[in-house]
Amino acid sequence: MSVINLDHMSANPLLPEVQEAMIAAIRENLGNPSSQHRLGERAAELLDESRAAVAALVNASVSREIVFTSGGTEAVNLAIKGVAWAKSDEGKGKHIVTSNIEHNAVIRSLRRLKLMGFTVTSVPVDERGRVNPETVAKAIRPDTILVSIMHGNNEIGTIQPVKEIAAVCKEKKVLYHCDAVDTVGVLPVDVQEMGVDLLSFASNPFYGPTGVGGLYVRRGVPIWSLFDGGVQENRKRAGTENLVGIAGMAEAARLAARDMGARAAHTRKLRDLFLSKLPEYLSDYGINGDPENCLPNLVSVSVHHVEGESVVLMLDDEGFAVSTRSACASGSLRASHVLLSTGLGFADCQGTLVITFGIDNTEAEVMKFLAALKTSVTTLREISPLYKNGQGVPQ
Amino acid sequence: MYSKTVMDHFRNPRNVGEIKDASGVGEIGNPVCGDMMTIYLDIKDDVIRDIKFQTFGCGAAIAVSSMLTELAKGKTLSEAKKITNKDVAKALEGLPKNKLHCSNLGADALQAAIRDYEDKKSGKKREPEEADEKHKHDHDDKCYCPYCDAELAEGDTFCKNCSFHEDE
Repeated sequence: MSVINLDHMSANPLLPEVQEAMIAAIRENLGNPSSQHRLGERAAELLDESRAAVAALVNASVSREIVFTSGGTEAVNLAIKGVAWAKSDEGKGKHIVTSNIEHNAVIRSLRRLKLMGFTVTSVPVDERGRVNPETVAKAIRPDTILVSIMHGNNEIGTIQPVKEIAAVCKEKKVLYHCDAVDTVGVLPVDVQEMGVDLLSFASNPFYGPTGVGGLYVRRGVPIWSLFDGGVQENRKRAGTENLVGIAGMAEAARLAARDMGARAAHTRKLRDLFLSKLPEYLSDYGINGDPENCLPNLVSVSVHHVEGESVVLMLDDEGFAVSTRSACASGSLRASHVLLSTGLGFADCQGTLVITFGIDNTEAEVMKFLAALKTSVTTLREISPLYKNGQGVPQ
Repeated sequence: MYSKTVMDHFRNPRNVGEIKDASGVGEIGNPVCGDMMTIYLDIKDDVIRDIKFQTFGCGAAIAVSSMLTELAKGKTLSEAKKITNKDVAKALEGLPKNKLHCSNLGADALQAAIRDYEDKKSGKKREPEEADEKHKHDHDDKCYCPYCDAELAEGDTFCKNCSFHEDE
């Protein structure tokens, strides 16, 4: 059975041009970019071209501000731990400021640092999931070395006021890392205009391969390498580069720079269609996030009186891939920290679906999905003791 | 992630619904992950003539409820009292480790329903039971990180393997 992908956040298809670029890189039988001989020369050229394409996508002032990594998670780990170690080694302090709705890569990197003697202040968000830059300013102390607050949230789609947060950090002379994994290549991201010092990204959100991403490190920012070994990536990331993946990401970056406006318009149209038709198909639900400042491709909907994993499994049987943030499906069996931080109750977190549209989706698919969603939710509510006679049972 | 039997019971749950004027009703809720299960019994001459369930929860929770009703239907009360959560998981050809902690509440709900029946019969009143945490350790005596399945020492709140924290 063919599957309609409404979970692009988990896996985007590789664009044909990206596939071609990767296959070409494989077939070229490239050498090692670090070699002195001519076999390595072409590899080094390809690496340089790729770095330039990616640097252009985020408007880095020079290519070497881009460090290639194995994806968004490594980029985030490198940014946070690398800066924390370098700054604390300089005796600049051990305090870091973050927000309550970060990705686990940020949360768990910080938790690991806490075990090593660092302290962390996490600022709250409002009911739309927005951080107030003034709260960030108040959280910064004399021993603060880094602020890490994301750009677009991967669960509710809220876009943070990154420019304002960066201005606060600049004024307080604190480095700012922005996790922009879900916005780079999706929305215009300009590191110079935003004023960030470090910015993490991954290739798959803009239809490049998984397993490759990068970190923008502004010139002069002190950072220690996570991996020790060779002097690759301007001494910021030891290990021979994943050149095939990087070539794929570079091609995806070129295409994203050209097409992201049209892509965002397409997914926004599907998102708007879904949201406008939803009341005809479903009752008792809530939409999460910030309707004004949001990712163009994401809808977070909390369906009341059902549990998300059951909905996902049932929709999978109908040929639709969506994601959930219910505790049961989280692996950790905990309700989503993002949803709880916006003030959503535990019960409503349980029925939360995350739907992410992509360039391959159509309006007809959205309409089919709405019908399948209605069937699944109706079936599960019939099984549920929390829903009787067409409404929720008061608990 | 789930066995074929689990998916079969999830897709085609057996004995869904309510029994009007049930002989006994058992409700179990798990405060940790929010699963809720209600079991209705129709008992005559100490035999479970009919059993129905209503469940709010994940795929595992629904499959557990369905399988439990199959195991209990037609059994005498003394037979039914011997049904454990472990039996249900075994009949389902296993459950993911973290779901053993969480969703495997069927037998607890059945036992609560039987107690309700016996209390009604003897005219005893009992306060509604709070879901206890006992079932969390039913599978064996060890504790595992619910995120990465690494073994945790008793009382650990932090998993050094994956940096999962209990407050999460």
